[in-house]
Amino acid sequence: MAQMTMIQALRSAMDVMLDRNPEVVVFGEDVGYFGGVFRCTEGLQAKYGKTRVFDTPISEGGIVGVAVGMGAYGLRPVAEIQFADYFYPASDQLVSEAARLRHRSAGDFTCPITVRMPCGGGIYGGQTHSQSPEALFTHVCGLRTVLPSNPYDAKGLLISAIENDDPVIFLEPKRIYNGPFDGHHDKPVVPWSRHPLGEVPEGYFTVPLESAKIFRPGKDVTVISYGTMVWVAEAAANETGIDAEIIDLRSLWPLDLDAMVESVKKTGRCVIVHEATRTSGFGAELLSLVQEHCFYDLEAPIVRVTGWDTPYPHAQEWAYFPGPERLGEALKRAMEAC
Amino acid sequence: MDRRSPLRLHVPEPTGRPGQHTDFSYLHLSPAGAVRRPQLDTSVQKTGDLCYALVRVLDDDGRAKGPWNPKLSPEVLTVGLRGMIRTRVFDARMLVAQRQKKISFYMQSLGEEAIGCAHAMALDPGDMNFPTYRQQSLLLARDDAPMVEMICQLLSNERDPLKGRQLPVMYSYKKLGFFSISGNLATQFIQAVGWAMASAIKGDTRIASGWIGDGSTAEADFHTALTFAHVYRAPVILNVVNNQWAISSFQAIAGGEGSTFAARGVGCGIASLRVDGNDFLAVYAASRWAAERARRNLGPTLIEWLTYRAGAHSTSDDPTKYRPADDWERFPLGDPIARLKTHLIAIGAWSEAQHEAMQKEVEAEVIAAQKEAERFGSLADGHLFSNSTMFDDVYEDVPDHLRRQRRQLGV
Ligand SMILES: Cc1ncc(C[n+]2csc(CCOP(=O)(O)OP(=O)(O)O)c2C)c(N)n1
Ligand SMILES: [Mg+2]
Repeated sequence: MAQMTMIQALRSAMDVMLDRNPEVVVFGEDVGYFGGVFRCTEGLQAKYGKTRVFDTPISEGGIVGVAVGMGAYGLRPVAEIQFADYFYPASDQLVSEAARLRHRSAGDFTCPITVRMPCGGGIYGGQTHSQSPEALFTHVCGLRTVLPSNPYDAKGLLISAIENDDPVIFLEPKRIYNGPFDGHHDKPVVPWSRHPLGEVPEGYFTVPLESAKIFRPGKDVTVISYGTMVWVAEAAANETGIDAEIIDLRSLWPLDLDAMVESVKKTGRCVIVHEATRTSGFGAELLSLVQEHCFYDLEAPIVRVTGWDTPYPHAQEWAYFPGPERLGEALKRAMEAC
Repeated sequence: MDRRSPLRLHVPEPTGRPGQHTDFSYLHLSPAGAVRRPQLDTSVQKTGDLCYALVRVLDDDGRAKGPWNPKLSPEVLTVGLRGMIRTRVFDARMLVAQRQKKISFYMQSLGEEAIGCAHAMALDPGDMNFPTYRQQSLLLARDDAPMVEMICQLLSNERDPLKGRQLPVMYSYKKLGFFSISGNLATQFIQAVGWAMASAIKGDTRIASGWIGDGSTAEADFHTALTFAHVYRAPVILNVVNNQWAISSFQAIAGGEGSTFAARGVGCGIASLRVDGNDFLAVYAASRWAAERARRNLGPTLIEWLTYRAGAHSTSDDPTKYRPADDWERFPLGDPIARLKTHLIAIGAWSEAQHEAMQKEVEAEVIAAQKEAERFGSLADGHLFSNSTMFDDVYEDVPDHLRRQRRQLGV
């Protein structure tokens, strides 16, 4: 075991896969010589050469487009979009092409690509370095969407994503690259180097897709969340004294429905949390699933905590971010209702 | 060669990396005054050779040469010099303010000051720039540069005209011909074409000027802009600022190797020029030429401005990791401020003493503006636009769901 930040864990996953599988190639803006603006690919070009790890032109449509072509040829491209906020020029390649290639060719061609992108706010990045666009991906049939909350899962899930034969959108909450941020922006974050979930095997291992994790066991209320927000939910549970069971989805779609349903059936209460905007957010889908599968076990209305339906602000960041206080109130509301 | 020998992928590299000296011969420079100046109504094909040459006016001794010399009066030139110095001093002070954590983020334009300054002077009131984040010189070149407000925007304070919504440097000044900056690269290049088309549809006389970096020309929006501009003969100037770098990637990664960005224009049917962007006189002359063409319904012009990003990409970047530290000193097109100063001195219109006085004056101007702006607080001290303003301007009025959310936030 080694102690790794999320950045090191992601790098280690790519390193392991570049080493094990000659079909893996890694590319994106600033990814090659420099090693990525978040340094996730640092040293990989020096180790594996310029034809396996390389810089691309600034064209997200181009990056995903060539990934689809390479994947069809038989490579396993791991492409980086510098910020999730910049994937939009690649929408057509992702939605109309990558997601449907298998289906429209009846399996003649497949698209075994992984598209990594840092997401989420909390870094004063303003409206174009803070977005959480996961619902735009989960809405597309044929895409898999994955979003880890810690270094161990990040590495294991990224390896699973690279090995998976479907296109996988791999979202990385940048606010927890260096440590588990619990929403208390005025307090220092414990670095992953001193955190048990920063303990990551150096070699090959996987965390399966479509498997959620009980992040914190509890009996009062189920919190369904992912990414940075599981840490915020944990802080809220500890601070309110409400014994929440926090489910870290890890794979957003397809997802581990059983884990959610089992927990809600046990607690009878459910709070759904994400940082993304509320309306038509992924929480709406989660809420529908819980209501469809757990209606007769529910003792209170399901509560949603999300970002507001506004662009992510620069200066008013902490009024936007659904922090532990907002989550704590939601937990209380879920407990109070009959 | 055996046609069945293995294929190889070509991945371009810069000619210098840390610890080496860049070989700048890849720039293919022309001597000052050597490049012809076509008629305004030139055919597009006849600008083909200009895309591989380099329009320059100032030579190494500061003499103005050749057909592109705009023959500006010394008074106008000193206005330009002041704009460039103002931009440089402003950048330097704001970088310090960022280091002092008064400002969350900053992007300087060191070494590129001539481009925006001379271009702004070549446009008319009512024209509209669609700038990138590195064209602050378009604003700071102006006598009426809104410096205090600009600093309030950088400080994200309670007088920030953008109410804390945008990252520092993402200004918006409709009244000064400066379109709101988006963080998404290249999106505004095509919007400039649309704005120009609107002016033509309405029968107005205004023109647009779109801006993009060398790296961002790889985006589809760049190519789309060229096609639309050509098809509708839009009254627009399409500026490509080739400062050799896009964060850590060299301009060859954007497709500059063995070609030029100006050449993209001719390929799309657009008259195009490749111009020394560190030569104030050349920038002014080429901007004027392009603006006149647009105003006379002769169509769009693409201009590649050759320059060098002398500083880091942003305050989040460390260029010593990917390029030689002495690159700018060795960049053959020099420093735009020093070059215009040398010229003014050479024609007897300027002196070291005057230059120093101007530098001091501008420093005092920027310091005073910063003091004034800091009275209204900063992101660091929490003097911001109130949280409730976050819900304004999402729509024209605040719909029910946002009123509910605003109440929930308790503001
Ligand atoms: C669509 C999009 N992709 C990526 C980025 C991240 N990014 C910001 S600036 C930049 C480099 C741009 O280089 P260039 O166009 O040459 O302009 P310069 O910074 O040199 O002025 C990149 C990749 C972005 N802002 N938008
Ligand atoms: Mg550039």
